[in-house]
Amino acid sequence: MNGIHDMGGMHGFGRVEREENEPVFHAPWEGRVLGITRACGVQGIFNIDESRHAIERMAPVDYLGSSYYERWLDRNVRLLVEKGVITREELERRMAQLAGGTDPATPHSDPKLLDRMLRVTKERTPYRQPGPPPRFALGDRVLTRHDAPVGHTRLPRYARGKPGAIARVHGTFIFPDTNAHGRGEQPHALYSVRFDAAGLWGESAEPRAPVHIDLWERYLEPAAPARSTS
Amino acid sequence: MSAAHDEHGHHHREPESVLSLRVRALESLLVEKKLVSSEAVDRLVSAYEQDIGPHHGAKVVARAWVDPAYRARLLADGTAAIEELGFGGVDLQVVENTPGVHNLVVCTLCSCYPHALIGLPPVWYKSFEYRSRAVREPRVVLREFGVDLPASTEIRIWDSSAELRYLVLPERPAGTERLSEAELAKLVTRDSMIGVAVAQPPAAAAR
Repeated sequence: MNGIHDMGGMHGFGRVEREENEPVFHAPWEGRVLGITRACGVQGIFNIDESRHAIERMAPVDYLGSSYYERWLDRNVRLLVEKGVITREELERRMAQLAGGTDPATPHSDPKLLDRMLRVTKERTPYRQPGPPPRFALGDRVLTRHDAPVGHTRLPRYARGKPGAIARVHGTFIFPDTNAHGRGEQPHALYSVRFDAAGLWGESAEPRAPVHIDLWERYLEPAAPARSTS
Repeated sequence: MSAAHDEHGHHHREPESVLSLRVRALESLLVEKKLVSSEAVDRLVSAYEQDIGPHHGAKVVARAWVDPAYRARLLADGTAAIEELGFGGVDLQVVENTPGVHNLVVCTLCSCYPHALIGLPPVWYKSFEYRSRAVREPRVVLREFGVDLPASTEIRIWDSSAELRYLVLPERPAGTERLSEAELAKLVTRDSMIGVAVAQPPAAAAR
């Protein structure tokens, strides 16, 4: 989708500001949001691609007006409501109850859930899955598709319809464009594609600053062979 | 940072108190539905606050600096190489800085980051400023971080758009031949593994 999240190459955001001795979380609620998200993830309530797409579906003005963990909170509520796990009314009622000093929930202990949440930081990730052999090889010239799909995609806007070269063949990975929309994992080849800066940005590009993007085969077409002049 | 942002780079639509209350309410509902355990959330938060951090990635880099065979394995298969040191949770691609080549990692579409290996990302990495500009004007961005590279140096930008995470293997600083692996690890900063800094020798690192 042509979303506000797709901001590679945008102008106007200003200097990158750093914070010295930055804490891991700036407020306790940020850590709770992370934990809730991880719990939902390991129990399969939503997958990573649905999760990213839910953030992309925020109204652009809200996206820009929110901090990182505010966007995560918005995403969690949005998906839990859409999946029928909670309702917004239920959440409002619970906020009122807590504000009044009452928490009706009885504590829930689940050592297996804890173990699964922690294992995510230690074990291999589940996104590489068997798929068809790759169509492209190292060094092949490719052209990215020029398309503006309404759904989720990981081909950034700044790299649509651009020429590049295969820099690495990564293997076969779950396809976000279908997995975000309940249309299956459809694992297939993922490549690192190298783009020259001038090809992306034109003559105002910085010199010697190629960009590498990890792109699925369905985003790519073979570059047209050079036409013979003989 | 725009005037609409506070000192943490946040622009809150709601007061912290309301956000905090909403999160407590969400947690309470999910605990009630037996989908979340508050104890499990506590433990995960504590893992990110106490255990997982750049010091893990620094061990990987220091090992690569002292052991050429390990360095080769790390560049060929980062995931398997960090498992040798007891780390995981990330499908890892390691990109190596060399004379004339500097690597810079960004995620323009969200904020993908090798957090299982180097901890949760700083706010600036997740900022609109960094995400929009790192691919478009990397030299300007790097200068803002105090890294001024010669025009002859190629800057390779890695936009983490898939379920792979990137870690920069910085160049080993000159004059560190006599340092132990543990001493070398102390020279490896988070920023040098993202590519917005270079690893400095001990005197400069202590300044």
